[in-house]
Amino acid sequence: MAIAHPPAAEPHLERLERIWEERPGLLGWLTTVDHKRIGLLYFFTALAFFAAGGVEALMIRTQLLAPNNGVVGPGTFDQVMTMHGITMIFLFVIPMATGAFGNYLVPLMIGARDMAFPRLNALSYWIFLASGLLIYAGVFIGYAPNAGWFDYVPLASKQFSPGPNIDFYCLGLIFNGISTTAAAINFIVTIFKLRAPGMSLNRLPLLCYAFLAVSLALVFALPPLNAALIFLELDRSLGMHFFDLVHGGDPVLWQHLFWIFGHPEVYIIILPAFGIATSIIPTFVRRRMVAYALVALAEVLVAFIGFGVWAHHMFSVGLATITTVAFAAASLVIVIPSGIQLFAWIMTILTGRPQFRTPLLWIVGFIVFFLLGGLSGVAFAAIPFDQQLTDTYFVVAHFHFVIFGAAVFPILGGMYFWFPKVTGRMYHERLGQASFWLTFTGTGLTFFPMHIVGLLGMPRRQYTYAPGMGWTGLNLIESIGAYVLAAGLALVVVNLVVSLFRGAPAGDNPFAAPTLEWSTSSPPPPYNFPVIPRVSSPYPMWDVDDRLVDVRQLTEGEMVLEEGHETPTTSVLDADWDEVLDMPSESPWPLAVAAALTAVFVMLLTKQVIVAATFAAVGALVVARWHAQEPQQA
Amino acid sequence: MNAEGTDTRGPGERTDTRGPGGRTDARGPRRGRRIGYRMATACALAGAGLLGGCGGGGQSTLHPHSGPAHDIRTLWWWMLAVAGVVFLGAVGLLLLAWMRRRRPGLPLLGEDEGATVGLVVVFGFVIPALVLVALFVVSDLGIRTTEAPAAGSTPLTVEVTGHQWFWEIRYPGTQAVTANELHIPVRTRVNVITKTADVIHSFWVPELNRKQDMVPGLPNRLLLYADKPGVYGGQCAEFCGAQHTHMGLLVFADPPQRFRSWLANMGAARVAPGTPTERRGEAVFQASQCASCHTIRGTPARGVIGPDLTHLATRSTLAARTIPNRPGYLGGWVLDPQHIKPESKMPGFNLSGPDFQALLAYLRSLR
Repeated sequence: MAIAHPPAAEPHLERLERIWEERPGLLGWLTTVDHKRIGLLYFFTALAFFAAGGVEALMIRTQLLAPNNGVVGPGTFDQVMTMHGITMIFLFVIPMATGAFGNYLVPLMIGARDMAFPRLNALSYWIFLASGLLIYAGVFIGYAPNAGWFDYVPLASKQFSPGPNIDFYCLGLIFNGISTTAAAINFIVTIFKLRAPGMSLNRLPLLCYAFLAVSLALVFALPPLNAALIFLELDRSLGMHFFDLVHGGDPVLWQHLFWIFGHPEVYIIILPAFGIATSIIPTFVRRRMVAYALVALAEVLVAFIGFGVWAHHMFSVGLATITTVAFAAASLVIVIPSGIQLFAWIMTILTGRPQFRTPLLWIVGFIVFFLLGGLSGVAFAAIPFDQQLTDTYFVVAHFHFVIFGAAVFPILGGMYFWFPKVTGRMYHERLGQASFWLTFTGTGLTFFPMHIVGLLGMPRRQYTYAPGMGWTGLNLIESIGAYVLAAGLALVVVNLVVSLFRGAPAGDNPFAAPTLEWSTSSPPPPYNFPVIPRVSSPYPMWDVDDRLVDVRQLTEGEMVLEEGHETPTTSVLDADWDEVLDMPSESPWPLAVAAALTAVFVMLLTKQVIVAATFAAVGALVVARWHAQEPQQA
Repeated sequence: MNAEGTDTRGPGERTDTRGPGGRTDARGPRRGRRIGYRMATACALAGAGLLGGCGGGGQSTLHPHSGPAHDIRTLWWWMLAVAGVVFLGAVGLLLLAWMRRRRPGLPLLGEDEGATVGLVVVFGFVIPALVLVALFVVSDLGIRTTEAPAAGSTPLTVEVTGHQWFWEIRYPGTQAVTANELHIPVRTRVNVITKTADVIHSFWVPELNRKQDMVPGLPNRLLLYADKPGVYGGQCAEFCGAQHTHMGLLVFADPPQRFRSWLANMGAARVAPGTPTERRGEAVFQASQCASCHTIRGTPARGVIGPDLTHLATRSTLAARTIPNRPGYLGGWVLDPQHIKPESKMPGFNLSGPDFQALLAYLRSLR
C-alpha cells in the first residue's frame, strides 16, 4: 500500500534531497558511499563474474559431452575447473548475496539511511572488484590457478606447481578476504545498531537474521582461510615449511584450515538464499511466516553448527575413527535446523493463499532442489558411503543442487522480486515464468544424472573419460542440460533488460510486500526514508496504522532528521532510541586505498617485496588522510 | 534397520570375517552371482572402445564384489528409499499447497496456528531426529566392514604407492614389484598399505571397497577382498594434477594357485633376451634415456621415476590403464606418449626404425 506524501512534506523532502544527493556522473559512482549504489556496483560486477563462471561451466560440459573429447587439454581443463569454483564461490555467490542484495536491502529493511560504515562499504566493493580482476589477470596471461578451488598441498606447493598459478590463488583470495571481512563487520554493526526505533530483535525481518548469521560466520570462518593462504604463500615465495612434510610441516593442516573455512562457507552461501525465501514467501502467500521464532533461531544455529562439521570433507584422509564419528554426528545435527526452516516454508505456503508468480516459482524450485541436495548431503554423514562416493560425480550433483539449485535460485527469484523496487518498473510476468521453467529443467537435466554417473564410479575433476564405462549417455544429457540452463539464465537477463526500458511503472509496493523497503519510492531516494519509520512487528508494511503515523510525522516534521547526514542508532536488543549518528558523505579515499592495496598485491605477485611495502605505506597514509577528515556537515 | 538388506545374516555374524585370524572367507557366491554377466558386459564394452574401459575392470559402486562394497551399496539403497519418502512427502505438500492455493489454512485442521507450528516441529524436528539417529547408529556405529584391517591381521599385505601418474605395487617380503595392475588371491583378505611418492592420491576400487587417500606422511590401510575371480577397475579419486584422469588401476582377483605363480614370476629378474633383435632392444633401452627413469631388474636400468618394467609384457594395459598393452599401442606410446597422455613425465623418443623395432620386441619379451 502506497501512501502519498502530503503537500506539507515537500520542504522536508527537498531539504533531505539536498543533504543526501551525491555527485552526478561517473565521478559520483567512483566516490559513492550510498549503500544502494554500492549494491548496484556489486550486482553488476558479480553478474559479470557469474557470466565468466558460466562460460567456464559450459567449457567443462562441452569437453565432457563425449568420451575422449579434445575441446581442451588437461592443462586448460584444470585451470577452467579451478576458476569455475573460485569464480562462482568467491566472485559471484558471496558478493552477489551479501554485497548486492545485502547492501541494497538490509538498510532499507531495517529503516536505516545507510550502512553503519558507508566508506568502509565502498572500500569493500573496490577491493572486491580489484581482487576479482587480479585473479582473472592470471587467466589472461595463461597462469590461472589450477589445483582445484580447494587447492590441496602438496599439489599446490612450489615443488609440484612451480608457475605463478597458485600465487594468483593465494594473493587473490587474501585480497578478496579483506573485502568480505570488512563487509561482514559492516553488516553486523548495521543490523545491531541501525535498526529503526521499535524494531527489536524479535521484529527483525528474517532476511536480516540470515545476513546477520552470514556475517558472524564470515568473521569467524575467514581467519583460518587467510592463515592457510598466508602459510602457503610463505611456503611458496619464501621457502617456509608450513605444509612441507620433510621439514616438519603437515599437508593435512591445509585441509583442516581450508575446511574449517570451507564448510561454514557452504552455509554462508546458502543462508542469504534462506533469507530471500523468507521475504518472498510471505509476500506471495499473503500471510506471515509460520514459526518466525523457530526460523530465526534455525538461521543462526545453522551458521553456528556449520563450524563443527568440517572434517566430513576429510573422511577418506585416514583420520582416527573417533574423529570421523564425532564429525559425522555433528553433520547429522545440522540437518535439524535446515529441516525446521524447510517445513516452515512449506507450511507457510500450504496454509496461505499462494499466488505462483515468478518470484515464488523460483522459491518453489529452490525448495525442491534444496530437498534434493540436502537429502543427498545427509548421505555423506554416513561414513562408509562418504568414503565410497566422495570425490565422485555424486558429490558434484549434491553440492550443485545445494549451491546452484538452492543458493542461486532465490537470488534469481530475488532479482525479479526487487526489480520493481530498484528500477521502478515491473518485469514481464510470462517471460519470467518461462525463464524459471527453462532454468529449472536445465538444472535438473544437468545435475541429476551426475548422481548416477557418480554411483557408476566416475571420479570428479577428470578432463575426459573412456567410453564403455556406462557414463557416456549420462554425460551427454548433463551437457545438453547445461545449455538449456544457460538459455534459461539468458532469458532472465533478457527479461530484466527489456523490462528496464519497457516495463510498466511499478509503484512503491506492487506486491503488497510486508517489509520496509516497500514503504519508500521505487527506486528509493538517496536518503531512503523521508521519516524514520515506526515499527511494531516484523511485517511493518502490513501495520497500516504505523504507516499513517509516518505520514503524520512527515507533515509535522518529526523524525525527519534533516539537520545533516543523519540516521538514528538504537539499542541492540530492544531497538530503543539511542542517538543520532552523523554519517560520512561521498569520498574518494576508499577508492584510493583500494588502488594502493591493489598495487601491493600486484607487487607481491611479481615478488617486488620492497615496492609492495612502499605501496602499503602509501595505503596507510591514505587511510590516515581519510580519517583525518570529519564527516561533512550540511 | 538391517544394513544388510535382504541378507538374512545379522551384523554380529559378519564380524567373524575380519577377525585377527584373517581366514579366507567363503561368503562370496551369493554376492557375486551376477559376475559372469558383468564380466561379459565389461569385456564387450571394453572391446568396443578405443581407449575405453581399458582392461575390462568394472568400477561401479552398484556392482559390489566384496562384503564392504556390498554393505555400502545396501546402505545406499536404504538411504535412497528413506530419502525418496521424505522427498515425495515434501513435494506432495507443495502440490497440495498448489491445489489449495485459493483456500487458507490446513486441510482438516483449518487456520489453527498452533497446529501449523506443531506440524513444522514434527516434520522438521521430530521425524528428522529419529531418522538421523537411526542413520547414525546403523552407518557410523554399525558398519565396521569398511574399517582398515589391523596390521598383520591378513594373510597378505600389499603396498601401493601413488605417483604422478601411476601406481607402484610391492609385495612386502618378496622381491615382487609391478605397476598399475594389482593381483590378489580371490576370497582372501588383503591388507593394502597406501602411500604416496609425491602429491595426494586416492586409492579406489569401488567394486571391492571404499577409497583411501594416499597422504604424504600418513600411510593408511585398506582391506581388499574379492568374492569372485575377475578383474576390477579402480581409479585415482583425489585430484593429483594434469593426468589425474589417466591414473587407472586394475585389480586381478586370481585363484590362489595362479596368484602364487604370478607372484613368483614378479619377484624374479627379467627374462634374458632370447633373440638377437631382443638383445639389440635391451642395448637400445640401456643406451637411451629409458634406463634413467625405469627399472628392469637383472639389468643396470635402475630408474625410479617411471614404473618398473621388469615384467611389462605380463600387463594388460599401459600408462596406468590408459591404452591396451598391444604392439601398436606400445609403439605409439614409446614414440609419442605426450599425444596419448599429455603432460605425463615420459618424453617421446626419436629412434631409428630398426632400433625402434628391436626395442618393441624387447619390451614385448619382458614376461
